Amino acid sequence: MNVPKIPEGLIQMPGLDERDKMLVAAIQSGLPLCSHPYAEIGQQIDMAEAEVIQRLQRLLDNDFIKRMGVVVRHHELGYQSNAMVVWDVPDAQVKALGHCMGQFEFITLCYQRPRRLPEWRYNLFCMIHGRSRDDVLRCVELVVERCSLQSVAHEVLFSQRRFKQRGARY
Amino acid sequence: MIVDDLDKALINRLQDGFPISDNPYADIAAELGSDESTVIQRLQDMLDQKVLTRFGPMYHAEKLGGAFSLVAMKLPEHDFQRVSEIVNSFSEVAHNYQRDHAFNMWFVLATETPEQINEINAEISMQTGYPVYNMPKLEEFYVKLKFTV
Repeated sequence: MNVPKIPEGLIQMPGLDERDKMLVAAIQSGLPLCSHPYAEIGQQIDMAEAEVIQRLQRLLDNDFIKRMGVVVRHHELGYQSNAMVVWDVPDAQVKALGHCMGQFEFITLCYQRPRRLPEWRYNLFCMIHGRSRDDVLRCVELVVERCSLQSVAHEVLFSQRRFKQRGARY
Repeated sequence: MIVDDLDKALINRLQDGFPISDNPYADIAAELGSDESTVIQRLQDMLDQKVLTRFGPMYHAEKLGGAFSLVAMKLPEHDFQRVSEIVNSFSEVAHNYQRDHAFNMWFVLATETPEQINEINAEISMQTGYPVYNMPKLEEFYVKLKFTV
């Protein structure tokens, strides 16, 4: 049987025992599409279904796994325009503004990142997916208005081409 | 691919999470007024057609010892293609977008350890002859993690 390889980073991971690591490695490429997916996973690593379920539930409760579910490809669902919107926010306000941005459903990621002065002044990044460029720009206007960002410098970086997209391995 | 109402309902439902039970697809089917084999078939089709990239656990990468970073490059138009081929050849490059800005290449590195981020960046810079601007996340803000279709 082909037992999945445990990633290097995972091997040194505190808080997970050997059986957790085997389980994490076994499900990292995705869940099987069959009636009893957790039993099937268990068979690969010689673990009973009940133990798989109990360990997964604990990994979720401890936030090692954020959630089980799907990753959508926005482009294929008609959301053909995606923009990274970057803001030059006073450091003291990053937190409050990041929380404000998180409330919009069209914002799928929101991160504080380091400035790279003098060439790159922006420290708050969010991703917006829309059906068109105009749709995205309307979303940006809404964020400016609702989070009171009228005096904050920002730029909208539309994507022109996607070269590569794979699901992160973990 | 045309996604119908059941596909959309599935996508929306599964962004909220997937049951950890002995018969999870049947649980979802019952919620959506469908049946288990239809749900499994629809998911298989959407994965085959690449409407969904992945169906499974979303790990907290840092908690599991992995590392991510967003990296930007500022490339002259005439050299963009050559550099993109080099960058995309690294298996650690998870995705890569061309964007309309002086900083026109943006890619995400996903490595098993934090140290590897710097190593790969140094290697990319050396092989392409351009500087890389490493912009790892300092803080992540809560977003809804759901995109209603």
